[in-house]
Amino acid sequence: MAGLLMPKADNATMSRRAEIVAALQAIVPGEGVVDVTNEMRAFESDALTAYRQLPLVVVLPQTVAQVSRVLKYCYENNVKVVPRGSGTSLSGGALPLEDAVLLVLSRFNRILEIDYPNRVAVVQPGVTNLGITKAVEHEGFYYAPDPSSQIACSIGGNVAENSGGVHCLKYGLTANNVLGLEMVLITGEVVRLGGKHLDSEGYDLLGLMTGSEGLLGVVTEVTVRILKKPTSARALMVGFPTSEEAGQCVADVIAAGIIPGGMEMMDRPAIHAAEDFVHAGYPLDVEALLIIELDGPVVEVDHLISMVETIGRKNGATTCVVSQSEEERMAFWAGRKAAFPAVGRISPDYLCMDGTIPRKELPKVLAGMRELSEKYGLRVANVFHAGDGNLHPLILYDANIPEELHKAEDFGADILRLCVKVGGVLTGEHGVGVEKRDLMPEMFNETDLKQQIRVKCAFDDKHLLNPGKVFPQLHRCAELGRMHVHHGQVPFPDIPRF
Amino acid sequence: MTTFNPHAEGEIVEAVQWAVAEQAPVEIVGQGSKRDLGRPLQTEHTIMLSGYSGVTLYEPDELVLGARAGTPIAELEALLAANGQAFQFEPMDYGPLLGKLAGQGSLGGLLATNLCGPRSLKSGSARDHVLGVRVVSGRGELFKSGGRVVKNVTGYDLSKGMANSWGTLGIATEITFKVLPAPETETTLVIRGLADDEAGRAMAIAMGSSGEVASAAHLPINVAGRVLDGALNGEASTVLRLEGFAPSVADRVAMLKGLLASAGTIDTISGERSRKLWQEIRDVVPFADGTERPVWRVSMVPMEAYKLVASLRMGAAVDAYYDWQGGLVWLRMEGEPEAEAVRALVRKYGGGHATLVRAPTSIRAALPVFEPQPASLAALSKRLKQQFDPSGILNPGRMVAGV
Repeated sequence: MAGLLMPKADNATMSRRAEIVAALQAIVPGEGVVDVTNEMRAFESDALTAYRQLPLVVVLPQTVAQVSRVLKYCYENNVKVVPRGSGTSLSGGALPLEDAVLLVLSRFNRILEIDYPNRVAVVQPGVTNLGITKAVEHEGFYYAPDPSSQIACSIGGNVAENSGGVHCLKYGLTANNVLGLEMVLITGEVVRLGGKHLDSEGYDLLGLMTGSEGLLGVVTEVTVRILKKPTSARALMVGFPTSEEAGQCVADVIAAGIIPGGMEMMDRPAIHAAEDFVHAGYPLDVEALLIIELDGPVVEVDHLISMVETIGRKNGATTCVVSQSEEERMAFWAGRKAAFPAVGRISPDYLCMDGTIPRKELPKVLAGMRELSEKYGLRVANVFHAGDGNLHPLILYDANIPEELHKAEDFGADILRLCVKVGGVLTGEHGVGVEKRDLMPEMFNETDLKQQIRVKCAFDDKHLLNPGKVFPQLHRCAELGRMHVHHGQVPFPDIPRF
Repeated sequence: MTTFNPHAEGEIVEAVQWAVAEQAPVEIVGQGSKRDLGRPLQTEHTIMLSGYSGVTLYEPDELVLGARAGTPIAELEALLAANGQAFQFEPMDYGPLLGKLAGQGSLGGLLATNLCGPRSLKSGSARDHVLGVRVVSGRGELFKSGGRVVKNVTGYDLSKGMANSWGTLGIATEITFKVLPAPETETTLVIRGLADDEAGRAMAIAMGSSGEVASAAHLPINVAGRVLDGALNGEASTVLRLEGFAPSVADRVAMLKGLLASAGTIDTISGERSRKLWQEIRDVVPFADGTERPVWRVSMVPMEAYKLVASLRMGAAVDAYYDWQGGLVWLRMEGEPEAEAVRALVRKYGGGHATLVRAPTSIRAALPVFEPQPASLAALSKRLKQQFDPSGILNPGRMVAGV
């Protein structure tokens, strides 16, 4: 693994492999335990394929009781556990460890209940994101967060990563659409958070769990909101000579009180790659292209489309096309949705980055990227969730050229540093995983990180769940628990009191 | 007895470090507007945050607002309104219900109690809109989490972790929120004379339609007269709020009137009157009677709510009304709080939680104000508290006795 240091494998665990496999087989009989190397290959990486590692053993439980017994066994025997849903993580969140059980939730694939009057669905974590929408769309409903991997990614994984999608600004992230969870702690205890009611009680453990990347607990049931599908949707394709003008157009749309269902931006390299690939009809003489989608009642969409059109022209748009049919709307999106494979056609390999910036900083960040591109001698194409500032630079490289992956990774790290520098963050929706783990100190100081690890200590005091992910270094809980209290020595005797 | 009145973040850190060193529990207070909510505290010392006030970041185009903990909510709402924006979660004002002035309360308290309002059916609560925090933990350490952007999954979301923690985990010194455009206009549909169960069904039909209903409430006959200066007196009123751009609202009003035609005649209330109605529903004005009669806030499965109320009425004198399609029930008891009966019924009808938001101090000290948690969940919450505040100096016992 290129430059990636994972926690040292524990020899004691490795030497007890046969015993661990037997114990797991006793808990999950039949084909629920995979311990043959060839069969384990299917699980050796997630969608961050640059990193691969065979797990100690794979277990695929089918019931909550089995998950609970597996975790309890691992806790009592100090065996590490890596949870995995569909394995679509782009940050290596489900990367196995040599000395850890890989706990795969794919057999939890049932929709347990659909409750239309209360507009919620109760599902098992292995159900795919799109599977929820498929189950309710005949009644005109859908599940709002739509990460691009929605056909494959599981709702359990969505909870672990707090997945987004192109409709976040209007409809929220996973955290805003999950009402309840059942989860199993590393001790085997089963805990329920929230439910079908709309706000959960006590500390917001639901909020802490969402986006915790499998480090706090294993989700075994999810209650999500379902929404009525908007009656209509239309899109505009607006091209600009500069990214500054496109950025101003986005700001003006929002200043007009409009929150579009989706608002995407592509830069020149991304536009060209996409147009060459799918012939969506994108203008090739622009520096930035916006795709703005309005959804809702027909009357509203018509009203807003004309407002946005005016804003676009006022900001110097050289192309401004409004979709006149569903086919045309889909064509506008086709290029954007195919941006990643399109870039895959013009380069043997690419790295997909995921930072978020305050929108107004876009021109500065794009300029910075052009400089870095020259410095590293690698091309970069950009797609950007313009509404919420989430940037996906695609760094083009060739893995067959020695050191080029390494160079691309360094380029990516520099881009993320730039995002943090302008007030943004390291990851908008892909998660920290192993990919951005060592960049965490760019955004957080030691005190910040220690407090996050203390949260982990409350859930997983032995650090057995998904170690080596998210945090560059896991301090032992006992060490973190110490308080430096000196009785009788008031540290600030002179502070004013009233 | 020591009262700290910090005017700088460093002074908040110092005050907490003093409390840690002295092992002296402190009460964390913003403007004190919600001091009579939750379990009463018996701390000798206080950290008052009202002096640590002011907007630190407001960029309307970026939909982001940040301010110090002691900043009055009213000041922030006025600033947002001047720019055509709002907190979409409509933070409620407990003042009227608790016999205090309206319009008090600070940003820190808003997050610590996870405030929300009638629009929460669609838009969630404070926790759904918080983007970043700076916090002084019970260890006297300053940490940050989150940031100023909407899309962020970098590390655990400790900003949400601070929501609804009632000052027991840390003192959020500075908080950043996502803000959104305020709706251009709003209209409320009023259906008169429905029984509670019929109202539940009508609200479910409306909420499940493409009418994009922002809020749905039902005021039974003896509550309906206590809003809008008695304008709805005489009959139960089921109210549905539609918001947005004028042409869209008009279109949806027409659509819903057709859809709900069989429910009875439907009146409309628009503009300022509509806003006043929803503010009164939000702030529990129907039960703001100047008394200390027990009031419950019950969060439950929306379609089960009327069953809970009907069952409760068989054994106790109770006034009730429903927000969030029934997902939020406000109950005013004529006599005792009947905590066990209320909570048993919440469990029976699909689960949720009941909070005793108003009652004399002695009762709030003796009864669990917040819904008691199952043992494993309570233990997890306690471990979290210990990780943030190992000495137990921040608002001890505010949520749960002994924690």
